[in-house]
Amino acid sequence: MEQLFTLTTLTGILHSTIRLATPYLFASLGETISQRSGVLNLGVEGQMLMGAFAAFFVVVTTGSLLGGVVAAIFVGALLGLLMALVSVSFRAEQGISGIGMYLLGLGLSSLLFRLTLGSVQSVRGFAELALPGLSSIPVLGPALFKHSLLVYVAFALVPMVAYLLNRTTWGLNIRAVGDNPQAADTLGVPVIAIRYATVTVGGAMAAMGGASLSISAVNIFQENMTGGIGFIAVALVYFGGWRPVGVMLGILLFSLVSALQIWLQLVGIGIPSDLAVMLPYILTIIALALAPRRTGQPAALTRPFNRGMA
Amino acid sequence: MRLHLTSPSRGTWRLWRAIALDALMPFIAVVVALCIGALVLLGLGKDPLLAYGAMFRGAFGTASGLTQTLAKATPLILVGLGVTIAFRAQVINIGAEGQIIVGALGATAFALSFAQWPGWFLLPLTALMGALAGGLWGLVPGLLKARLAVNEILSTVMMNAIALQLMNFLLRGPMLDPAQIAAGTNIPQSAALPAQVWIERVVPRTLFHWGFFLALALAIAVTILLWRTTLGYRIRAVGFNPAAARYAGIPVATVITLAMVLGGSFAGLAGAIEVMGVHRRIVEGISGGYGFNGIVVALFGRLHPLGVIPSAFLFGGLLVGADQMQRAVQVPAALITALNGLVVLMVVSSAYWSQQRIARRQSEAARPSEAHAKDEPPLDAHLTPDL
Repeated sequence: MEQLFTLTTLTGILHSTIRLATPYLFASLGETISQRSGVLNLGVEGQMLMGAFAAFFVVVTTGSLLGGVVAAIFVGALLGLLMALVSVSFRAEQGISGIGMYLLGLGLSSLLFRLTLGSVQSVRGFAELALPGLSSIPVLGPALFKHSLLVYVAFALVPMVAYLLNRTTWGLNIRAVGDNPQAADTLGVPVIAIRYATVTVGGAMAAMGGASLSISAVNIFQENMTGGIGFIAVALVYFGGWRPVGVMLGILLFSLVSALQIWLQLVGIGIPSDLAVMLPYILTIIALALAPRRTGQPAALTRPFNRGMA
Repeated sequence: MRLHLTSPSRGTWRLWRAIALDALMPFIAVVVALCIGALVLLGLGKDPLLAYGAMFRGAFGTASGLTQTLAKATPLILVGLGVTIAFRAQVINIGAEGQIIVGALGATAFALSFAQWPGWFLLPLTALMGALAGGLWGLVPGLLKARLAVNEILSTVMMNAIALQLMNFLLRGPMLDPAQIAAGTNIPQSAALPAQVWIERVVPRTLFHWGFFLALALAIAVTILLWRTTLGYRIRAVGFNPAAARYAGIPVATVITLAMVLGGSFAGLAGAIEVMGVHRRIVEGISGGYGFNGIVVALFGRLHPLGVIPSAFLFGGLLVGADQMQRAVQVPAALITALNGLVVLMVVSSAYWSQQRIARRQSEAARPSEAHAKDEPPLDAHLTPDL
């Protein structure tokens, strides 16, 4: 037993933690922006699937990774706009409209995949990029600094989103719109426009999360390949208290438990793998239950804005 | 809905037209979704008329298609009823997938454990056990929402994932069919249920079983529950205005929990009935997307238990037709999932349009006696039900 847990294992577990965290980071940070403006986008899963497909399709047909990223962002933004139209302009019940977006993305990505590419194939995605110097730090170096480009981008987004929300006028407006849209409106903040912007950006980032799977982490596309990541990404925003750094910590914890569970399976410790897979979900439920209630929750979350109605 | 209309006028007629349009909204949504789907198919070089023709013939055009449609409508009605009850209390139950799975697991485990019991006793108990297991799966998010303010959408999503893994574990270990182990094939499915709990087929050699009529009866029962009992009144009151309900002395937390438990037990029952009537054992993929499609069914049925019946028939048909379409003209069945998504998006958006249009027409119609119309609340066109 004591032989099993070596420094190499530790490096391996940390490395997969970082890798597993990547799609969640893209999706959850986008969702954080959208929720801070008061809109719950539950359609993240569908947007991720469409992003994963769009990126994969472009990389298969043109070979251009940049093209893949642009395609994912474009498709995600488009679906984000649709979500904003439904949730912001038409003031739809946001829990249900998200299910609609999920079904749309799930069905459409499978349909397009089957009718265009058809069979499972792999692409040459983003290559591993060892950061010179940093990656030779013992144990931590190879775990943290030997990843593909999109992984670094995902982590770089954390301080960027935090800065956007907390240190810029845009961020101030986003937060104002999410906490008290009526007051923000009186002060001349364009509530509807800001919500459109945040939901669109959130959609684009969710799609990037999908792309980080299909052209970076696994380099294939499969129907329903996200398998619930998008829904969990939404839960992790609550878990992280709507703060980018908190969200990242929640994601890292969730990914660490997932990585440990994969490692447990590999070494064949007597826990049935299917039971071990449950662990992150059970922990998330417990964490949601124990989290200090609603601290940081945007006061107007899920409440559509209707000028003239308090 | 009291509309102080003094004299019928052009405006009155337009108001009624707006109300009729509101009632037709789900159908308009389906037609528009089909049109968008047709454009997508055209873009992909497939003939939409051929595809839709195959779909509708497959679902409604043949006797065998019709029996399959009724078989698929059965779990959809049950799940749709559960979603409707929960939604009436403003609880959004995304957890039907998981509740179906645990319902099927609970029913199967129970029937296999007491296989020697007589059918008249074992059969209803098995169905009940499924409902109980599903209810339990709804109790957790219900309590979390009512007591700890945990968003039920998130907790039910987690419960879905947990149920799926639980099934994967049980079907590969403790509940794996001994015959599969003996044959060495290890296909993840349970042993067959004892024959006395099998639900008879209405038409032999089809999947159409008597569970369908149970679902119909339950739709009527839920209508009575919601509009003729205290519990139903409380559920609707909490859904309409929780603060007012609390002020009126209704135990809001208990009602929310109960609504979620009831929602879960209907989905659990759907799982049990699916096992007893269709597969006669639990197989992987038992939930078959009924959990999410049940939400579509409930919305399309305008969150009314009786509306759920035709709605389940339509969407059950689309699911059957989709398979036929895939086989006949090689258009993937995933098209229907995408169209269902569009229908949901349009139905939730249409509340807004109806509300606007009816409010406009209402003020037009009532212009001769404007004083009355002023104080009227906007007509109930939102998803929130009338009390």
